[in-house]
Amino acid sequence: MPVTNEGFEPLIVAFCCNWCSYAGADLAGVSRMSYSSNVRIIRVPCSSRVNPSFIIRAFQRGADGVLVAGCHPGDCHYHSGNFFTRRRLTVLKQMMEYLGIEPERFQVRWISGSEGAKFAMVMNSVAEEIKRLGPNRKLRDVR
Amino acid sequence: MKRIGVFICWCGSNIAATVDIDRVIAAAQKMSGVVYADQNKYTCSEIGQAMIKDAIKEYRLDRVVIGSCSPRMHENTFRKTVESAGLNPYYLEIANIREQCSWVHKDKEAGTAKAISLIRTAVAKAAMNEALFAAEMPITRRALVIGGGIAGIQAALDIADTGFEVDLVEREPSIGGRMAQLDKTFPTLDCSACILTPKMVDVAQHEKIKLITYAEVDKVEGYLGNFTVTIRSKARSVDLQKCIGCGECIAKCPSKVASEFEEGLVQRRAIYTPFPQAVPNKPAIDRAHCRFFTAGKCKVCQKVCPADAIDYEMADRLLTNQYGAIVVATGFDTHKLNNYGEYAYGKHPDVLTSLEFERLLNASGPTGGKILRPSDGKEPKTVAFIQCVGSRDKAKGNPYCAKICCMYTAKHAILLSEKVPGSKAFVFYIDVRTAGKDYEEFYTRAYEECGASYIKGNVSKVFPDGDKLLVRSVDVLSGALVELSVDMVVLAASVDARADAKELAQKLAVTVNAHKFFTEAHPKLRPVDTQTAGIFLAGMCQGPKDIPETVAQASAAAVKVAAIFSKQSLLGNPTVAEVEPKLCSGDLSCMAVCPYGAISEQVVEERRGREMVPRKIAQVNAALCQGCGACTVACRPGAINLKGFTNQQILAEVDAICL
Repeated sequence: MPVTNEGFEPLIVAFCCNWCSYAGADLAGVSRMSYSSNVRIIRVPCSSRVNPSFIIRAFQRGADGVLVAGCHPGDCHYHSGNFFTRRRLTVLKQMMEYLGIEPERFQVRWISGSEGAKFAMVMNSVAEEIKRLGPNRKLRDVR
Repeated sequence: MKRIGVFICWCGSNIAATVDIDRVIAAAQKMSGVVYADQNKYTCSEIGQAMIKDAIKEYRLDRVVIGSCSPRMHENTFRKTVESAGLNPYYLEIANIREQCSWVHKDKEAGTAKAISLIRTAVAKAAMNEALFAAEMPITRRALVIGGGIAGIQAALDIADTGFEVDLVEREPSIGGRMAQLDKTFPTLDCSACILTPKMVDVAQHEKIKLITYAEVDKVEGYLGNFTVTIRSKARSVDLQKCIGCGECIAKCPSKVASEFEEGLVQRRAIYTPFPQAVPNKPAIDRAHCRFFTAGKCKVCQKVCPADAIDYEMADRLLTNQYGAIVVATGFDTHKLNNYGEYAYGKHPDVLTSLEFERLLNASGPTGGKILRPSDGKEPKTVAFIQCVGSRDKAKGNPYCAKICCMYTAKHAILLSEKVPGSKAFVFYIDVRTAGKDYEEFYTRAYEECGASYIKGNVSKVFPDGDKLLVRSVDVLSGALVELSVDMVVLAASVDARADAKELAQKLAVTVNAHKFFTEAHPKLRPVDTQTAGIFLAGMCQGPKDIPETVAQASAAAVKVAAIFSKQSLLGNPTVAEVEPKLCSGDLSCMAVCPYGAISEQVVEERRGREMVPRKIAQVNAALCQGCGACTVACRPGAINLKGFTNQQILAEVDAICL
């Protein structure tokens, strides 16, 4: 029987750095750019503050998708923070399959403070993707 | 158990239109720890803030959650509110239910559900908020200005006039910079030296300014309020205390080398002052070209010096000083024209850059202020000015506009018509940009009153043609090919960042853009700040700009410095990293990722059995830490945490969202 995801509203946790992506989210708001209401933003000072364990925890607690958004590499408010983000989360992405979670459920994007439209677009495309994947059951069951 | 108060703002209809406030309040009242929940039409208003203060007292609230606009908007406002009611300002948490909820979700059901979730998340975090206190840092009230051009001069004078000490470091033997090279300034045709020289003298005489010429910044350590800077004072070989500036040595020096100040049009001596109005007006020996230093004998300058000021033994000295703030005003380089062989620059002596032409105009320049062709010393009757050489040229030069060329070329056209009667200027341009007070009028004067012909077109080639130069272009407005035979060609070379800007940026821990201009903290609202607190920018080092803009920016930077120095001490950012010594394994992974060098190693004594054993652990310098949190993730034992964004708080937020 084919799985239908109709009516499924995913829960997506987005870690946004204060200086770029959180500001981008604010700009999307100021510009009244509508996007999926499935996204919940957690403000962190820098994307390098996001410990991979936060992401795993979100999946454990039932998040269907996790997004980490930071400044574009090279534009980090803290000079080099997002370079660490990029390395660490590349490793985590490799591990997702090992954990039994579709790697697409976990995404990293670079959104600057002036990219309100990009923020809205990314939120929609991520929400679409997660909707297509259906609910995350794997780690939730472990809990 | 915490006593949390929740306040939901309507923001007029901004939030209330798409979020059912009553339902949010009802949900909030059921959340763990919440003892009070209320709403207000405008929470940021005086009435709204009074309501929060009253509720804190009446219900003995110890944590406050406000559901309102973005914390980037009103976090400081509400922190002050909470503080005035006697709570630590960091007991406040804001849920962003406007920018990130009501404004982006049209559906009231979805909006309300999300708002409740956001409030729950903020409540969960607030319950774990600890009181945070900003560390007080002492301030060294002495400023360092790097670069002695008009930007540095203005910044130094303005800071010094507020009563604070300033050290002005200049790498050349004299201050003055690019402006000293100019003859007249647009749009008023003020004599550049007449307005600059008095300022240079003011700098030299100001009791609060210490002038350190022929010196460069070697190393910068520290942070806002407490920078430690090592300055390399280059060996001048002339004792400034003894030298009386008579110039005997210069007159007798046998070694000659192209003068940088005169753009290589004439030669200077190996012992030299860059220009007659130099400050300090005392020479330096250019050791790379001095006969004594290169060939081992000469010492003519020492023989003729009446003051015994020549010291061949002098060595570079390293001066280490403390500063509270730094202004960077290092200026620009003119664009090298190696890529523009088609304009015959360097191949034909009558093809000049604008700065070389400027020197011809100057009364103290190589021709005494007469416009004469370098090739034969005759007055040019026709001069072609080529704009945007290296500017707005993605293929071979800089993609940006150098900003000043349109205006100085209009100036050159006007001055040419004044100095050489019957002469004619042809200006080849892409666009003429004259945005500035009285600039358009000045440009109009160039073609209306002074007879300059403006031809819209990129010059394709300049050919030497007998004793003339043939300029080939197209007039894009008529579509016609243009070939002009002229006596002189002047190239408006673009401006570049200093060749060593990146090295200085690394020393200062500030950033540069793709073209190596220093980056400001915000392109509109913080144009003189850098991302590094306590370091400010003035002038061309930040990007192309003209003299009035440079001066304005320098004064702005000076005020920023004075604002720092006006305080007795500085309050740091309290959301900094903190090490739990018991958990720290001492492998110092955190130290490697810290972009600010805020983490260092310390040795603690620990009791093991009967002995005290030393153990290496990390420690955070709260004044240096900017609170990014990169270290917290690098730490394997989880010993380092970020105050205000602790692991526990973020996990609580994750849990609350996923509830």
